[in-house]
Amino acid sequence: MSQAALLALEDGKIFHGKSIGANGETLGEVVFNTSITGYQEILTDPSYAQQIVALTYPHIGNTGTNPVDEESNKVHTAGLIIRDLPLAVSNWRSNMSLGAYLRLNHIVAISDIDTRALTCHIRTQGALKGCIITGDDIDQEAAIANAQSFVGLKNMDLAQVVSTAQSYEFNQGSYSLEKTKFNKLDAKFKVVVYDYGVKKNILRMLVDRGCDLTIVNAQTPVEAILAMNPDGVFLSNGPGDPEPCDYAIKSIQTLLEKDVPLFGICLGHQLLSLAVGATTQKMKFGHHGANHTVQDLHTKQVMITSQNHGFSVSEDNIPNDLEVTHRSLFDNSIQGISVVNKKAFGFQGHPEASPGPHDMSGLFDTFIKKMSE
Amino acid sequence: MPKRQDLKSILIIGAGPIVIGQACEFDYSGAQACTALREEWYRVILVNSNPATIMTDPKMADATYIEPIEWRTVEKIIEKEKPDALLPTMGGQTALNCALDLERHGVLKKYNVEMIGAKKEAIDKAEDRDLFREAMLKIGLDMPKAAVAHNMEQAHAVQETVGFPTVIRPSFTMGGSGGGIAYNKEEFVEICERGLDLSPTNELLIEESILGWKEFEMEVVRDSKDNCIIICSIENLDPMGIHTGDSITVAPAQTLTDKEYQVMRNASLAVLREIGIDTGGSNVQFALNPEDGRLTIIEMNPRVSRSSALASKATGFPIARVAAKLAIGYTLDELDNEITNGKTPASFEPSIDYVVTKIPRFDFEKFPNADDRLTTQMKSVGEVMAIGSTFQESLQKALRGLETDKVGLDPIVDLRADDARNKIRSECISARGERIFYLADAFRLGMSVEEVFDLSKVDPWFLAQIQGIVSTELQINGTNVTDIDADKMFALKRKGFSDARLAQLFCCSESSVRERRHTLNIKPVFKRVDSCAAEFDTQTAYLYSTYQLECESNPTDKKKIMILGGGPNHIGQGIEFDYCCVHASLALREDGFETIMINCNPETVSTDYDISDRLYFEPLTLEDVLAVIEVENPDGIIVHYGGQTPLKLAKALEKSGANIIGTNPDAIDLAEDRERFSKMLQELELKQPLNGTARSLEQAQDIADAIGFPLVVRPSYVLGGRAMEIVYDKDSLKRYMHTTVQVSNDSPILLDSFLDHAIEVDIDAICDGEDVVIGGIMQHIEQAGIHSGDSACSLPPYSLASDVLDEMRAQVVAMAKKLNVVGLMNTQLAYQDGEIYIIEVNPRASRTVPFVSKAIGVPLANIAARVMSGVSLKAQNFTKEIIPKHFSVKEAVFPFNKFLGVDPILGPEMRSTGEVMGIGKDFASAFDKAQLAAGDRAPENGKVFVSLRRLDRNELIDLGKKLSAQGFSLVSTRSNRDMLNEAGLACEVINKVSEGSPHIVDMIKNDDIDLIINSIEDTQGVTDAAAIRCQALVHKVPFTTTVAAAFAMLDGLKANNKLTITKLQSLHS
Repeated sequence: MSQAALLALEDGKIFHGKSIGANGETLGEVVFNTSITGYQEILTDPSYAQQIVALTYPHIGNTGTNPVDEESNKVHTAGLIIRDLPLAVSNWRSNMSLGAYLRLNHIVAISDIDTRALTCHIRTQGALKGCIITGDDIDQEAAIANAQSFVGLKNMDLAQVVSTAQSYEFNQGSYSLEKTKFNKLDAKFKVVVYDYGVKKNILRMLVDRGCDLTIVNAQTPVEAILAMNPDGVFLSNGPGDPEPCDYAIKSIQTLLEKDVPLFGICLGHQLLSLAVGATTQKMKFGHHGANHTVQDLHTKQVMITSQNHGFSVSEDNIPNDLEVTHRSLFDNSIQGISVVNKKAFGFQGHPEASPGPHDMSGLFDTFIKKMSE
Repeated sequence: MPKRQDLKSILIIGAGPIVIGQACEFDYSGAQACTALREEWYRVILVNSNPATIMTDPKMADATYIEPIEWRTVEKIIEKEKPDALLPTMGGQTALNCALDLERHGVLKKYNVEMIGAKKEAIDKAEDRDLFREAMLKIGLDMPKAAVAHNMEQAHAVQETVGFPTVIRPSFTMGGSGGGIAYNKEEFVEICERGLDLSPTNELLIEESILGWKEFEMEVVRDSKDNCIIICSIENLDPMGIHTGDSITVAPAQTLTDKEYQVMRNASLAVLREIGIDTGGSNVQFALNPEDGRLTIIEMNPRVSRSSALASKATGFPIARVAAKLAIGYTLDELDNEITNGKTPASFEPSIDYVVTKIPRFDFEKFPNADDRLTTQMKSVGEVMAIGSTFQESLQKALRGLETDKVGLDPIVDLRADDARNKIRSECISARGERIFYLADAFRLGMSVEEVFDLSKVDPWFLAQIQGIVSTELQINGTNVTDIDADKMFALKRKGFSDARLAQLFCCSESSVRERRHTLNIKPVFKRVDSCAAEFDTQTAYLYSTYQLECESNPTDKKKIMILGGGPNHIGQGIEFDYCCVHASLALREDGFETIMINCNPETVSTDYDISDRLYFEPLTLEDVLAVIEVENPDGIIVHYGGQTPLKLAKALEKSGANIIGTNPDAIDLAEDRERFSKMLQELELKQPLNGTARSLEQAQDIADAIGFPLVVRPSYVLGGRAMEIVYDKDSLKRYMHTTVQVSNDSPILLDSFLDHAIEVDIDAICDGEDVVIGGIMQHIEQAGIHSGDSACSLPPYSLASDVLDEMRAQVVAMAKKLNVVGLMNTQLAYQDGEIYIIEVNPRASRTVPFVSKAIGVPLANIAARVMSGVSLKAQNFTKEIIPKHFSVKEAVFPFNKFLGVDPILGPEMRSTGEVMGIGKDFASAFDKAQLAAGDRAPENGKVFVSLRRLDRNELIDLGKKLSAQGFSLVSTRSNRDMLNEAGLACEVINKVSEGSPHIVDMIKNDDIDLIINSIEDTQGVTDAAAIRCQALVHKVPFTTTVAAAFAMLDGLKANNKLTITKLQSLHS
């Protein structure tokens, strides 16, 4: 018999379930993600730092876990909420069950939750602070108080928390299911990656396109970057609020002045927008899923994209030298920008997918094109 | 891109009669397409030979032709209506093939008709095995080793390269018809020969076996701007080797990581682009090697398919509707996702937060000699879908929704029997329709997941779930229900256990489980299907039950009526009942009621979320229906429209306090209870065939002595003539009582004197308690004794005198009043030697309601629904029987070509899956058209084999003369030949089979016979003639087993040269 567990939200709502991960308690912002596949990628995505993720698809863990599907070197989500942990794992690549993987990574997780009810609740109330506690006879009031004690993500600079301490090189291409190994390609471009919480698949897709990557800490001075004389700089995805990351914004402004080709994804895209003078805002419950429809405003082409963000570029005060290139057809929010007369552009969603559809992968080619110009 | 302005009118081709592999899902898609195009102000022209469809309702199109789907007929329609475009992707393989014929014969070019939705080149590329393989290899996708063969020599050569087992797939056949898996040379030759014959292009694909691989499907939609979306992924629980239509399937796919899923997604999009599906929906099928993940493409359907219907119902995304809009130029981003009330565009991928399970429904009992092993040729006749929060819940809901008397994973093997283990092993290896139950029994026997996987190749993920259900059962088996606490009960219900299954395990009654459950306050909640996993707030009330925390049903306090649907299709209960349910809902909605539909058949129009105000996608069991009633508290419930399925619940629902409107359930019971019914007829001084009810063999023999042979024997309370037989002597009666039915007091056996040579008549009527109006009188072509569902019939009657018809009318009126019918009533009568006999009365919607409605131009189901809601016939201005000037003939369509080796003789047990309608100025032309539409029209001349039973011999000369006059040369056996010769008719003689070769079957095998007319005496004669009919089927020689049908056929042939087409809308104006 597994242990009981409880999910408490800041507004006093309580859900009872079963513990399926590590024992203990965890705090974070509770968000939902509607992607049916890719739980391991989600768990290891650094953008989920300090968030407890509720997955709307009921059976999570069907394919177990494997070393290849990790998006970083550890699990970043603060906790996991699901409806049902399956009885068996079935996949030819799996080497560990999800439950074991969660325990190994010390992640508190809860199952047997009416995740749809929770999703409806978040949809109306917005993302909420929450707390998962495992064990019997938990004091509910204390749990709620605990949830309320979480500081929240607004004004939180988490990029520097998850960023790599040491610079490193990366030359592993995408994983080939057919060859069951990572591709390897000759490098033609020297690209520096500002790591605000980068996902491995971004790095792999850059390597696939002939980039020689150096990944550096988020607070690396821009002078050090310029000294490396890169063909382009990539601004990675990452967790938290972009506004407090003034060091990053300043660096990006310098890079823009030098017209270094820049490509920003998610947090990187927001930081790029801030650098040009736009503002950002916290969204009600954000975009977290793999079915978001985004339109290219030039070609009118519609792409199904992977999304994971709780902040977005605000419609107010868009500076003249920022061109909106993509919009969400769900809520019309800004999804892509480019800086006028500069080789710099950003995308709010996740063209690297993982998890999610590969429709937007062409943006990486755009980056290569800009570096070739 | 906005819609195309250069098109004004569009022709849609329907799918024709319901057959195995092509069921009412194409009524769903066709109806959606009609509506979608008319909304955009296009003139819609529709052709479909199937009268039981919603799409052929006169309101659905601007010009409706219930005509044969055959290119010559369709050419006439094109000539008359001059459509700008043809949309061929909504009517299954039938429509695609017909469109290709029109293209091939230059008709589309001649009349300047553009094919939209799918171009000829794309269809060819998708369906031609060679072209498809080439295309797939070009885009770097893997396929099983295979090659195409056009004759046996080529076939053998290919087989040597791919080895055994070998998969054989004929090209361009529906539902994989004629295909199979050969394990040895003999089977290989047999399947190849059959396949070459069945394929319209004489083409076979012979391929490497990937039996046991995991099977997946992707439902893809693409628009003219190359926007592509996946609507749904589907994983087959039954692995490769079993047709997907016969597989248990689950949505979404369960055992793929994101990496694998995206590879499959990319491949699906690449397939659509390469094949050239510019607009619309397609289905791509994959196989995946569970050991190393090798992914291969199996096939793609360049059209809306059965799987698209399933995907639509599983996600709430209306694929057919969207595909129709894309065909006229819209792009996905320009269309709204209506289930979210337009909050999101159609250009997204549905995310679902539940599990959907589909289980096929088989009817092998009807075809006792059929090979019931599941192969690549589809054999199921219907399907049930269920939605649950977990796989276990959705599986168990689907199982009880099947209506095969199972209430969950009921055990079917006696585990104490010596051969239990062997039986289970063999059933797990070579699947039949009930394999899922054997999988469960394997776990009951203590087998491990690994063992069961080795036998069945069913993915361990699913096996573990099944094992989980079984082990839960073992834990609670024998527990006293009162010892179950709330937590335990909730846990059990969350796994999907029905009250009925729990009752078996707790050894108590279903109602005690329910009582206990209610005491513990464990009740289901209802969640919404919204295509977006609750990300957006939606208003669409498409609901399913589950055991979770929060209920989203939000019932209104409007005046509401609930309609219980028909559940999964099976023989005897098909699309006709769905047609009626849809009409009830539409009529009552128009009258201001809120309508609530409960059904679990994903192929239907009634389960479209916009047909009723609220749709509950639920099994039609007492437990599930009561749960909806408790939440909704409807003002009235209609149980009379969904066939036997909801009727079975009527009494119990009434007992629980539900308000059943229309005819009282007791009247239904009276009509079905032979003893009460006989009493009523006596009171009304009406005749019925001499009869009796037996509860034992002795009683049966006594009754037989009293009323004499032949006798019609059957169990009471059956639909579609299940286990009904005509017995000619004492031995047959004994055999029947012993083997066919288990006699018990619960279901006694009914014995009726068989009215040989009688004319059978069907009458549909509506009664509002005051007035009775006859809807239509149908005279059967085949004589009494052939099940009414299998018999062709004519409206109006073609040979009965008006005074006989008047007397029949009077009898129907008298019975309707006596039974206090409020709504529809169907009566079957027989006319023999000047006497009228009542065969049976059903005070509910019958199979013939849609046919009659189309024939007389009045929607009977619609009017009767209003009658049930309290509006009188007078108030609806329907007070007089309409006797049309034209003739309408209904002809049944049979699945015998899927069950080779089964004797295709007609009898009292219904075996047809569908029907077609022929309309003409006179009976003969209507009959001829019906034959053409059914695909068994006789040739105009040639060699006819005639052999009549003694009872029919007085008609032999007349028949012989007419055949000769038509231009046939006669062949017959000795006794028949002598009679014909005596009458001066030339006739060739041929041996009976028993007389040795060369005999008649040899002649058929040598393709020397063009037509067969063979009526048979009794069971002995049946056995002899069976070989003739079976061979006739194989060699596609039209045959008839009744003299009446032979005459009708001859009349029809005479009428044939003046084939005309009739627009439904002008017929009744």
